[in-house]
Amino acid sequence: MDEMINRRKLLQAGGALIVAFSLPMARAETAAAGKTLLADRVDGFLAVAHDGRVTVYSGKVDLGTGVRTALTQIVADELDVPMNQITIIEGDTALTPDQGTTSGSFSIQNGGMQLRRAAATARRALLRRAAAQMDRDIATLSIRNGVITAAGGEWLPIGSLVEPTSLALDIEKDAPQKAPGDYTIVGKPVRRLDIPDKVNGRFTFMQDFTLPGMLHGRVVRPSGFGATLVSYDESSIADIPGIVKVVRISNFLGVVAKSEWSAIKAAQQLKVTWSSWSELPDQSKIWEHVRNTPVVHDDVTSRFGSSRAVLGAAARKLRATYDFAIHTHGSIGPSCAVATFIDGKLTCWTASQATHDLRKQLAAMLATSDADVRCVYVEGAGCYGRNGHEDAAADAALLARAIGTPVRVQWMRADEHGWDPKGPPTLLDMQAGVDPQGNLAAWESELFVPDGSATFVPLTGADLAGLNSLGKLSPGGVLNDLSIPYEIPNVTTTARRLQSTPLRPAWIRSPGRLQNTFANESFLNEVAASVGTDPLDIRLQYLADARGKELLERLAKLSKWRERQEPDRNAEVVTGRGLAYVKYELVRTYVGAVADVEINRKTGAVAVKRFYVAHDCGQIINPDGLRNQIEGCVVQTVSRILKEEVTFDRSMVTSLDWASYPILTFPEIPEVVIDLIDRPQEVPWGGGEPTCAVVPSAIAGAVFEATGVRLRSVPFTPPKVLAALRAS
Amino acid sequence: MATTSLSVNGKVASVTVDDPDTPLLYVLRNELGLHGPRFGCGLGQCGACTVHVDGTAVRSCVTPLSAVSGRVVTLEGLGTASNPHPLQSAFIEEQAVQCGYCINGMIMQSADLLARNPKPSEQDIKTELANNLCRCGTHLRILRAVMRAAASS
Repeated sequence: MDEMINRRKLLQAGGALIVAFSLPMARAETAAAGKTLLADRVDGFLAVAHDGRVTVYSGKVDLGTGVRTALTQIVADELDVPMNQITIIEGDTALTPDQGTTSGSFSIQNGGMQLRRAAATARRALLRRAAAQMDRDIATLSIRNGVITAAGGEWLPIGSLVEPTSLALDIEKDAPQKAPGDYTIVGKPVRRLDIPDKVNGRFTFMQDFTLPGMLHGRVVRPSGFGATLVSYDESSIADIPGIVKVVRISNFLGVVAKSEWSAIKAAQQLKVTWSSWSELPDQSKIWEHVRNTPVVHDDVTSRFGSSRAVLGAAARKLRATYDFAIHTHGSIGPSCAVATFIDGKLTCWTASQATHDLRKQLAAMLATSDADVRCVYVEGAGCYGRNGHEDAAADAALLARAIGTPVRVQWMRADEHGWDPKGPPTLLDMQAGVDPQGNLAAWESELFVPDGSATFVPLTGADLAGLNSLGKLSPGGVLNDLSIPYEIPNVTTTARRLQSTPLRPAWIRSPGRLQNTFANESFLNEVAASVGTDPLDIRLQYLADARGKELLERLAKLSKWRERQEPDRNAEVVTGRGLAYVKYELVRTYVGAVADVEINRKTGAVAVKRFYVAHDCGQIINPDGLRNQIEGCVVQTVSRILKEEVTFDRSMVTSLDWASYPILTFPEIPEVVIDLIDRPQEVPWGGGEPTCAVVPSAIAGAVFEATGVRLRSVPFTPPKVLAALRAS
Repeated sequence: MATTSLSVNGKVASVTVDDPDTPLLYVLRNELGLHGPRFGCGLGQCGACTVHVDGTAVRSCVTPLSAVSGRVVTLEGLGTASNPHPLQSAFIEEQAVQCGYCINGMIMQSADLLARNPKPSEQDIKTELANNLCRCGTHLRILRAVMRAAASS
């Protein structure tokens, strides 16, 4: 990789240890020259200063999840330094290793474990150095609070052991890590480091970041996604003071002004003529459109036995189709970025979840080398996937290059709702075959999703400007959890990969896993009902995984599942319970959930009253942080399932604000009851997403129990529920 | 250009803006460097920009500077790290933050509620915050924090 620093050169330069220093937010000029970015080197991730302060360089970033605190706990415990001696720098392409996109619930599972190994290696190196200096056997030394103590009481602070090469080491996979029982910070509900500043108004979000001499930019987007810019009339904004420039690059249009309000007014008031474009499909026929989209290829994600033959001969066959609407991220703070372009070099402050990838995309867009682009992460409003931050960064880069002074681009609410990448419309056809004894003998599913994976989502500004941003169709890892965790003899699960999808797609929290688990778990409940088996029992019957079964038993106990009452289906407001299970991607975090739901049969309104969640992600780093994430998964996903759907006409998204794209509000939130299963001896897995996956099918199961009606189309809005009730 | 004097967090500031109808939000953020109030929608729908004017919670993103004659208090003026408002302490105690972008509005709206109704029920709080949006799903913690603040004062 060309941005990585040649190690030999670095060693020749003799300065691989970075002495920690206080880095201000605007640290472009203070980049530690020669700091290695290599992810297999201790000094890629860690620096110890002479005063004993530790700096952590993390490629994984805190997207509002609290992971900064958890990563700090991991390093503090492994290195035995107090948490308040640690500073963490996140997502700076000049300073932090590329640990991949912060997504997929991998920050602790992967990023945290890289830090743990680096810290364990550093710990051993410091102990060895101390042993040599004190002339003691290393086995007689211990570290506590950043101080190495010998059995006889002699001690050295770790900072005193630091020399320029002392951490310029390969990370040793066999460096001894603490025994799980020896952790004193890991596993504790340590309070989040960022919360005091956030509740006192002292925290600097991306949206707050400023540079001296910075100007304010706003983008003016086309009236239709494929519309081209015919003309614009600068005289239409002549009355607005402080306009610096209207920037046009092909179909990219932006205004730059001295004050933010002038930029906002100018973007609204500028008279622009766009070509007419209306090639989006008719939303009322969206599923026909999905079915009729050309298939590029099929991905078979699992195949056991011969499902087709067994289905053909099955005593009883079940079929159902599930669909899941297009969603937007809906971050409360619209995307924002600040860029400077000086002497051919771009520096961009961004809330991107993938600054190293963004750097490559911006370099391509500006037709420059990666070395001339630096992206620096600054935390923004909650980020649940690839939202608009990268696009705002491209907008800021284009405007900064055109103007030559620092430019801040803040998207307006309609920019965000209209132009952020969307979770694609997802359709699943399910079939099951039951044998004469009532056993589930065959299972087939066909998933219709756009082709591609989680790579470079095209940058909107670059597309409009006619510039290359390495973009490809990238819906995210949407095939995950199409395969099922149950032992059924004949299974085929196939993803039909579509050539296109109506709106630019990308990943939103639990991408694919959410939609696929909705269909799988709901359909399993249909099978259960058809053979007269309880939803819990059918899962226990077909699961071979002991850890999964234990989780389900814990869930049953937590929710008193087996003691639940038979619902009175004739009441006006009926209540029901539903249950769902996932082993995330079949290889990690286990989650089971029970939903308590009320359905008003007159209005069709579904109210989720309570969620019970049993959760096993192995070793828990911070139980309160994990609970916070699980509660968030439930509440956010209930919102998505009950209320959310992006609407569009033939030209543009029409759900451009919170009135047209409502989300769950305080009076509608469910209670959340959680059982955390801590397994300190196991590796830690992620907790930021997996709970989302079980929410829709648990709700749908509860609606079925209450009403006998299957909801197979997300969102479960009152008109759809009423129609389903009437059809039953 | 228009120069106005504005009472913010107990001090009178002189602010100069091109347009007297500039929303209060941008004046507070860009002229006075206050980052408690946040831009969320610019439409008065989400509550992220909430400040107090004469003790009442208002949406600063849709409040023109020219319409403000009272005393403005922002999250920074409600309390400080060394002398926090009971709500700020309670939000820390309950760890009632995920990303924290909406939290300004949650605290400012709740402070207005507690001033009018020092012992609200859970339902009162839910009703009061019905128009304050949170996307991370921190609602349960926010509720607990407001209940805690009410119990502590």
